[in-house]
Amino acid sequence: MAQRSVVVGSKVGLHARPAKLFTQAAAAAGVKVTIAKGDGPAVDAASILRVMALAVKHGDEVTISAEGEGAEEALDRLADMLASDLDAVEA
Amino acid sequence: MRTLRGSGVGRGAAVGPVARAHPSPAVPDGPADPDREAAARAVAEAFDAVADALDARAAAASGTVADVVGAAAAMARDPELVAQVRTRIELGQSAPVAVDRAVAEFADLFRQDSFLAERVTDLLSVRDRVLARLLGLPEPGVPALARPSVVVARDLAPADTAALELDKVLAIVIEQGGPTGHTAIIAGQLGIPCVVRVGGAGELRDGEEVAVDAAAGTVVVGPDDEVRARVAARRAGLAALAERREPGATADGHPVALLANIGTAEDTERLVDAAVEGVGLFRTEVLYLGRATAPSEDEQATVYARVLRALGGRKVVVRTLDAGADKPLAFVTRTDEENPALGVRGYRLVRAAEDLLRSQLRALATAAERTGTTPWVMAPMVATVEEAAAFAALARECGIARVGVMVEVPSVALRAADVLAEVDFVSIGTNDLAQYTMAADRLLGDLADLLDPWQPAVLDLVAATAEAAAATGKPAGVCGESASDPLLALVLAGLGVTSLSMSPAAVPGVRFALARHTLARCRELAAAARTARTASDARTACLALVDAEVREVLALA
Repeated sequence: MAQRSVVVGSKVGLHARPAKLFTQAAAAAGVKVTIAKGDGPAVDAASILRVMALAVKHGDEVTISAEGEGAEEALDRLADMLASDLDAVEA
Repeated sequence: MRTLRGSGVGRGAAVGPVARAHPSPAVPDGPADPDREAAARAVAEAFDAVADALDARAAAASGTVADVVGAAAAMARDPELVAQVRTRIELGQSAPVAVDRAVAEFADLFRQDSFLAERVTDLLSVRDRVLARLLGLPEPGVPALARPSVVVARDLAPADTAALELDKVLAIVIEQGGPTGHTAIIAGQLGIPCVVRVGGAGELRDGEEVAVDAAAGTVVVGPDDEVRARVAARRAGLAALAERREPGATADGHPVALLANIGTAEDTERLVDAAVEGVGLFRTEVLYLGRATAPSEDEQATVYARVLRALGGRKVVVRTLDAGADKPLAFVTRTDEENPALGVRGYRLVRAAEDLLRSQLRALATAAERTGTTPWVMAPMVATVEEAAAFAALARECGIARVGVMVEVPSVALRAADVLAEVDFVSIGTNDLAQYTMAADRLLGDLADLLDPWQPAVLDLVAATAEAAAATGKPAGVCGESASDPLLALVLAGLGVTSLSMSPAAVPGVRFALARHTLARCRELAAAARTARTASDARTACLALVDAEVREVLALA
């Protein structure tokens, strides 16, 4: 199973708009992606409610995981996204 | 022609078709659909349709509204939520119950984090919309307006008012709420005629023509030509008053500064060309609300400088952070208070988080230096001379030149002379002063009579404050909504109040009333109000003394 650990760059954490952008990208990844905060349980990265409920703040470390064909590429893209300040990205 | 009655907010009037905002549907406890597969499919379709509708609304909106609505759309598409509803239906729950319970589980999860707790409203609005679709009920909340309309609702949540299409809202009619409630205050600020606590508003139908008169507190259903002509005349009269620009003064030239209440830097920028002498109340908590952590000193200094610069040297009175009670902050407000209105709020936050106040004061000093202006800075909810002295010392240490406190707690009004010895000015917040004098929650519409700013006990406290200020030669302003009532404004001027701060929309009426009465006449009104035994006697006595033309143009009755 492929994994990436990322420090979240979004200034407001993974709330509202950043959570929406991230979960949309995860849903479109073509593979099932999970996300966990710290040592916590992994949840469906395509679920905005699960992702928001992790209450990820700016600077928290999260781990994303996926399996299967295209998993590595998908995780690279999602990791880049998490590391950037998603709230500053224009819609 | 039927006439419904309530409490009016503002002086405006308008005629237009009703657009009903619908309440949240109740969850029926009927039996489950025997065809579980069909029920699950119907729910999935309802979630999809709601998500599409919200996406379309988000695309048509901008800024925060677009973000909030966009996130709600994503919630309606959440695969886990939809899967959980399906599981519940397969286990035998009816579709509406399954939706309600599945959403409730996520809502409970969200409530465990103070920042996420604020998003629960969005989650519940998704539930309401899905339920309405399942039950064949109209979409909850304010509908998209195809033409200028009179919005009619039981009550509007802050999220509803934030999403109002202001250019299409002619007036607002609320069945519940109160004159100092959220909707009334927002409508007053925006200058939208509004009538609250209107009995029978629930029977108004979509598209039905109504005439709303905020000054009279009436809603006329199916108005005839005479009513329409009266509304048109009032609109023309108020428009003419709005053209006047001279500083506030009585007929014999005694100045009473007319100032605006604002909450954001954007509000200030709208005031650039407005005929107001400055800002009498800048509510800084807007900068803090809905955030996980306090804004940095730098960010605050930038916003404050923007406000001070936009006013170009006009007077600006800044109120330091007034959080707690009805305005909780995720990072400081305690959630275990049984009596938040009497708890750690306003200046009292200094006990728990002095750094927060210190950083705000430093940011204000920086902004003053950058813009070469001298903002007046005051603390809310001060109750003792010691608190006033401690605030003044802290503010001066941080570099603030003009320091004041608000008079909202009766103890400060009664001991105003001692408090004024510690500070440069005071400002009376009549909404909270009434709440704390009358021991009546200002958010409870049912207690509106107790919260009447004409209550003689409240006027006595205003008088005590103004007299103490006059004796020291220091200014005493009023920044509660009572300053926006032209009749009460005359009484306040007569009591010795030196400035009146209100929603900008109320300024023209108050300017006109002051210009038509001498200071001696204002003092007569003040004496008449204080001699009265009851709030309604006080108002009636003053009405009899007011200039006839003022009474006519401003529809005072």
